[in-house]
Amino acid sequence: MSANGGFVSLQGVRKRFDNLEVLHGIDLDVAEHNVVCLIGASGSGKSTLLRCINLLEHVDDGTIVVDGQTITDAKVDVNKLRQKIGIVFQAYNLFPHMTVLQNVTLAPRKALGVSRAKAEARARALLQQIGLEDKADEFPDRLSGGQQQRVAIVRALAMGPKLMLLDEITSALDPQLIGEVLELVRELADSGMTMIIATHEMSFAREVADKVCFLDAGVIHEEGTPEQILSSPREKRTREFLARVLEAGRL
Amino acid sequence: MGQFLHEFVSPLDFLRATPGVWSGFQLNLELMVVAEAFILVLALLLAIVRGLPGRAALPLRAAAIAYTDIFRGTPLLLVLFMVQGFATLNYVGLSSETLFRNGAIALVLVYTAYVTEVYRAGIESVHPSQRMAARSLGLSYTQALRYVVLPQAIRRVVPPLLNDFIGLQKDTVLITVIGLTEALAQANFYESDYLNFSGLTVTAVFFIFLTIPLARFTDHIIKERERRERAQAV
Repeated sequence: MSANGGFVSLQGVRKRFDNLEVLHGIDLDVAEHNVVCLIGASGSGKSTLLRCINLLEHVDDGTIVVDGQTITDAKVDVNKLRQKIGIVFQAYNLFPHMTVLQNVTLAPRKALGVSRAKAEARARALLQQIGLEDKADEFPDRLSGGQQQRVAIVRALAMGPKLMLLDEITSALDPQLIGEVLELVRELADSGMTMIIATHEMSFAREVADKVCFLDAGVIHEEGTPEQILSSPREKRTREFLARVLEAGRL
Repeated sequence: MGQFLHEFVSPLDFLRATPGVWSGFQLNLELMVVAEAFILVLALLLAIVRGLPGRAALPLRAAAIAYTDIFRGTPLLLVLFMVQGFATLNYVGLSSETLFRNGAIALVLVYTAYVTEVYRAGIESVHPSQRMAARSLGLSYTQALRYVVLPQAIRRVVPPLLNDFIGLQKDTVLITVIGLTEALAQANFYESDYLNFSGLTVTAVFFIFLTIPLARFTDHIIKERERRERAQAV
């Protein structure tokens, strides 16, 4: 455990791409079973931050501790680490040459060495929970965007992660498909899954988040309870950002 | 016109030339199958090496690039003569096995360079987010490559692979110049025995009949896969 006891704890995390520093020293703590929502404009560093937490991006400076393990340590086994941190992307990124069932069972079988029968039984059970058991043998391209994203979530859950990172998972969806995906995330939150969610869905953030962080230009500008941040933000930039989101919602 | 028909498409000469050409053609077939098996495997390995990440793999990548540059740039016939010349340094007489081996080596050397580029194009056409998704699930670099990237890459390059395979089939006749009695050599024998070119026509027909079904079969596989994996048109 880190000094302050967070399940996930970031200290002074910096990330640069060539000469552009996109994260300027991020400090963030997430308690176990909590949901933290990252809000902020596109380009504020939300996605990069999530990718740093499962080392899809190399962290240039600072430390990240997950479940008591300092993952920014050079000796860390990235494959082992990623097996306990699930991430879901905006563009689903399902494997188009595999059926839904194969998508969900690939990593448990190959990375964890679970037998095919066991992996499939578990995958089918998970698919049943989200009402997609009849799609098990379909290829992803035959599914709606909402269904694909739910499969992507299940694919990550099949590894039995202790932490889920959701990277604007509803941003590519038609408005009428967003609900089914958020419903699944809500259930996950209720089940006690620790999650860090980058999102533009403010009402959803208000509903599920234990903490909301407003990112601006690579720093966490303001953080607090959803009520604090979304209803009475102290910082001028947070207010401006929320005003713009509200405006966009009205249009 | 009558002269042309008599020299190139004479039915009697077709009948007489066919057994010889067929016996030679079997050698072409054998050569093409043996060479293609090596080419498909070696080229895939080279393409994988070329895609290896990191500074440590730099010498390997450079070697792979040098290989393709050299053998894609050198005429096949020239490579064939060099392989043959290299072999004659060590042997006095050359058995037909040695000739066959030399022909196969030359074809593999040159075609591997082409096919490496085909595979590489396929690998690069798979969006990086696919590899990232695989790695994010805890799969290793090799597993991501094997289960996620390569299956998609290879599917995409089946048509150009077939194209190169057809090229290879036809280039097997080049080994006639190092003295192996394959189909073209048989047709030439027939020509010198009977002063008639119909043997060449027979040889051409053999090659055409070999490639057409292959092309149709590939079309079929591609269509079938499209049907299975792609969304119905809406």
